[in-house]
Amino acid sequence: MFSYYIKLAYLSCKRTWGMTLLMVCAIGLGIGASMTTITVNYLMSANPIPHKSEQLFFVQLDSWEPNNPYSDDGDAPEQLTYRDGTYLWQAQKAKRQSIQSGMSAVIEPADKEVLPFMVQGRANSADFFSMFDVPFLFGSGWDHQADLKKERVIVINAELNERLFGGKDSTGQTVRMAGEDYKVTGVINRWNPKPKFYDISTGAFNDVEEVFVPFSLITEQKFNRSGNTNCWKPSESGFQAFLDSECIWLQLWVELPTEQDKQDYLSFMNAYAKEQHQYGRFARTDNNKLRDVMQWLENQQVVSDDASMMMAMSLMFLLVCLLNTVGLLLAKFLGKASEIGVRQALGASRNDLFIQHLIESGCIGLAGGLLGLVLAILGLEAIKVMYGDWIRDLAQLDFSLVAMAIGLAIASALLAGLYPTWRACQVQPSVQLKSQ
Amino acid sequence: MLNLFSGLELGPIFRALMRNKIGALLIALQIALTLTIMVNAIFMMQERSQQMARPSGLDETNTFYLSNTIFAQNYNTQTALQQDLQRIRQTPGVVAATQINAIPLSGGGWSMGLQTKPGDDLEGTGTAVYMVDEQGIDALGVELIAGENFQSSDIVWREVGSTKWPPKTMITKALAEAMFEGDWKKALGKTVYIDNHQPVQITGIINGLQAPWNGWNGVERSMLVPQQLDGRGSRYFIRTEAGRRDELMPVIEKMLADSDRGRIIRNVTSMEQTRDESYQEHQATNTILLTVIIVLTLITGFGIVGLAMFSINRRTRQIGTRRALGASQWQVMRYFMLENLLISSAGVVLGAAGAVGLNIWLVSTFSMSPLSPVLLVIGVVALLIVGQLAVSYPALVASRISPATATRGRA
Repeated sequence: MFSYYIKLAYLSCKRTWGMTLLMVCAIGLGIGASMTTITVNYLMSANPIPHKSEQLFFVQLDSWEPNNPYSDDGDAPEQLTYRDGTYLWQAQKAKRQSIQSGMSAVIEPADKEVLPFMVQGRANSADFFSMFDVPFLFGSGWDHQADLKKERVIVINAELNERLFGGKDSTGQTVRMAGEDYKVTGVINRWNPKPKFYDISTGAFNDVEEVFVPFSLITEQKFNRSGNTNCWKPSESGFQAFLDSECIWLQLWVELPTEQDKQDYLSFMNAYAKEQHQYGRFARTDNNKLRDVMQWLENQQVVSDDASMMMAMSLMFLLVCLLNTVGLLLAKFLGKASEIGVRQALGASRNDLFIQHLIESGCIGLAGGLLGLVLAILGLEAIKVMYGDWIRDLAQLDFSLVAMAIGLAIASALLAGLYPTWRACQVQPSVQLKSQ
Repeated sequence: MLNLFSGLELGPIFRALMRNKIGALLIALQIALTLTIMVNAIFMMQERSQQMARPSGLDETNTFYLSNTIFAQNYNTQTALQQDLQRIRQTPGVVAATQINAIPLSGGGWSMGLQTKPGDDLEGTGTAVYMVDEQGIDALGVELIAGENFQSSDIVWREVGSTKWPPKTMITKALAEAMFEGDWKKALGKTVYIDNHQPVQITGIINGLQAPWNGWNGVERSMLVPQQLDGRGSRYFIRTEAGRRDELMPVIEKMLADSDRGRIIRNVTSMEQTRDESYQEHQATNTILLTVIIVLTLITGFGIVGLAMFSINRRTRQIGTRRALGASQWQVMRYFMLENLLISSAGVVLGAAGAVGLNIWLVSTFSMSPLSPVLLVIGVVALLIVGQLAVSYPALVASRISPATATRGRA
C-alpha cells in the first residue's frame, strides 16, 4: 500500500510540477537558512569539556575600584591581579589549579636557514594539562616543582613539533625561544576546544596556543605578556610595581570535584577578601564568584548577538516558507477534489485518503529537506568565506545536525500538510461526481 | 471608465474571500511575517552601514603599518628604532612615518581616562591613546584644526612598564567636546589630568581619529601623545604618496628585514585591509540579511502567484460567465488585483504591528535602537507593490479566459 501511495504522490507531484517545485524550494530554503544559523548557534554554545565542565571553576575576585564597580551589573572583574592570583594559586586549596596568562615570543630554529618566527603561547602552571584533559602525542606537561623552580620547560603543539622537529618525538630536546633554551617536556596532540573556554578574553573562538611555558617565568620578563590588562589605580613605573599594582591581567581556574569543595573554596576566597579589606583593599568583600565552565561561557555571552539574531530571523523565515507550503498544499489538494471523489466512490476510506495525502506531504518535505541540507552546506561555506577564519570550526555539520535538518523538514512538511489533508478528506464524493 | 471607483466590486470580492478564508488568511499571514522580517532586517543593515560609513579620520588609502619584533640579545632598541625610521623616511615615495603603539580600528590598543580636575575618585572620560612622534599627524594623515603639532624636542622615550605621561597632548574634536560641554574650542591650551593626577596640556586639536575598537561608543575619542615606546616590539605607521602604497609595502618590508637580522618584520598591513577586517562581521551580516530579504520576498511573491493561479483555475467557469455577461477583460483583471490588494492590506497592517513588536524585542534583548517609522511605511508600500506585481500575471491569465468557457463543461 505504501509503495502505491508513493506512486500516487509521484504522479500528483508530476501533474502539478510547478507548485511542487515551489513547495520543495520554499521548504528547502527555509530549512537551509535555519540549519545554517542553528549550526552556528549550536556550536557556539557547545560544551567544550562535557565530562568535567561542572567541576572546573573560573575564579573571580572583586578587587576593583571602591567607588565604581567593574561592570554595570556589579559583577566582579574577569581577571585577577598578580598578587591575588599568585596568593590563591600558592595556597593550593583546590584539587587542581591553573594560573595563566597569554604570552608571545620569537623562536629561533636550530636550522639557521629557517627564519626566526613569532609564536602565540600561554604561560600557565603545571595543573593546566591535567585539569583540562589536554591530550599528549609525546611526553607530558611539567610538574609543580618546575613551576616553583622556574625551570625552562616547554610544551609545544603538534604543528610546531612538525615545523621544528619534523614530527618526531621531541621530548628532551631544546627549543630556542626569546634568547633562552627551553626543554620540551611534551607535544600536544590535536586539541582545539571551541569555545576556547579556558581563556576567552581575546576571542572565544581563537585557536589553541602553539607553546606553553611555566607561568612563574613571567616574572623573569623574558617574553611578552599578551591579552587584556585593565588598571584602575595609578601605579609607579617598573615591572615590580606593575606586579604589585591593582592591574588585572591573569586568570585562575580551579578544579573542585564536589559541591562541598566548591563551598569550601568560596569561603576561602571570601576570607581572603576580608583579610585584604583590613589592609584597605577589596571594598566589596562578598562579591567573589566561582562559575563553572558553562556558567562562565553564558556569563560572558560567547554566543554572539548577531548569531542569535540571525537564528531568530531564520526561524521566522522558515515559518513564512511553511505558511507558503500550507497554502500551496491546500490549493493542490482541493484541486484534486474530483479525483478524491472518484477514489472515495471506489471505496477508499477517509483513513486511506488521509494517509495517502500525508505521504504526499511527507515526500515533498523529504525533497525539501534534502535540498535544505545542500543549501545549509552551501550556506555554511558562505559563512566561512564571509566571516573569516575564526568561524571555521563553528560552521560544520555533524551527524546529529544532518538528522535534525531532515527531521525538521519532514516534520514541518507533515505539519504543513495536516490541514490541507484534513480538508481534502472532507470532500463529498456525490458533489464531485455530479459536477463531472 | 469615468469613475474608477464606481465599479469597484469590493462587496462581492469580500464575500468571495469569506468563502475561502483560509487561503486568504495564509497569504495575509505570509505578507505580515515578510514585512516583519523585512523591515527589521533592513533596519539592522542600515545601522551597520552607518557604523561602517563613519570616517576614521586618517588617510586610509595611502597608509600601511608593520610590526617589528626584536629577538636578538644585547640590542640597542633606541638606536635601531631611530635608524629604522630614518631609513623608511628616506625611501622615495614615503610622505611620513612614525612609530605608533596601536592601530586605529585594529581591535587592540591602549585606553586611559582624562579628567578636567585631578583626583582619585573622579570619573574620567575614556579615550584611546596613540603614542607618536612629530611626524605622527602627517603619517596618519589626520587634520590639525587648532593648536600646533609636536616638535621633535617634545618626543620622549617611554620605558617598558613606565607610567609617566609627557606634558603635551593633541586630542580629537570629539574628545574635546566630551570634556568641555560640547565646545571643542574651549579645550585648546587647557590642562587635563591623566592617570588621576598627571597634568597634560592640550596643545592641539585634530578633526578626527578613531580608536582601535569600532564597537566602542567612544570610538571617536582619541589622544596623541609625544612618546616613543622603547621596547622589543614596535609598530611603524607609514604614509606614501598617492597610489604608491602597494608598490612600497614589499619594498619597505624587505629593506627593514635585510637591514637587521636580529628582528622579525611581520603583519605588513594596509589601513584599507584593517578596515575590511574590522568590519568583516558587519559586512557578512549585511550580506546575509540582504539575501534573506530578497529570497523571502521572492517566496512570498511566488506563493501569491501559485495561490492566485489555483483560485483562477477553480473559478474558470465563473470568470467565463462574468465575461459572457458583459464584464470587460480589464474588469476581470481588476477583480483579482483588488482581491490581492485587500488581502495584502490586511497582511501589512498585521505585519506593521509585528515589525514593531519584533523591534521592541530586539531592542530589549540585543540593545538595538528603535525602528524609524519611515522605514515601516516604505516596507508597507513595497510589499503592496510586490503583491500587485505577483498577482498581475495570474490576473492577466484570468482576463484572457474566453466567455465561451461558460458554455462548455468544466475545463
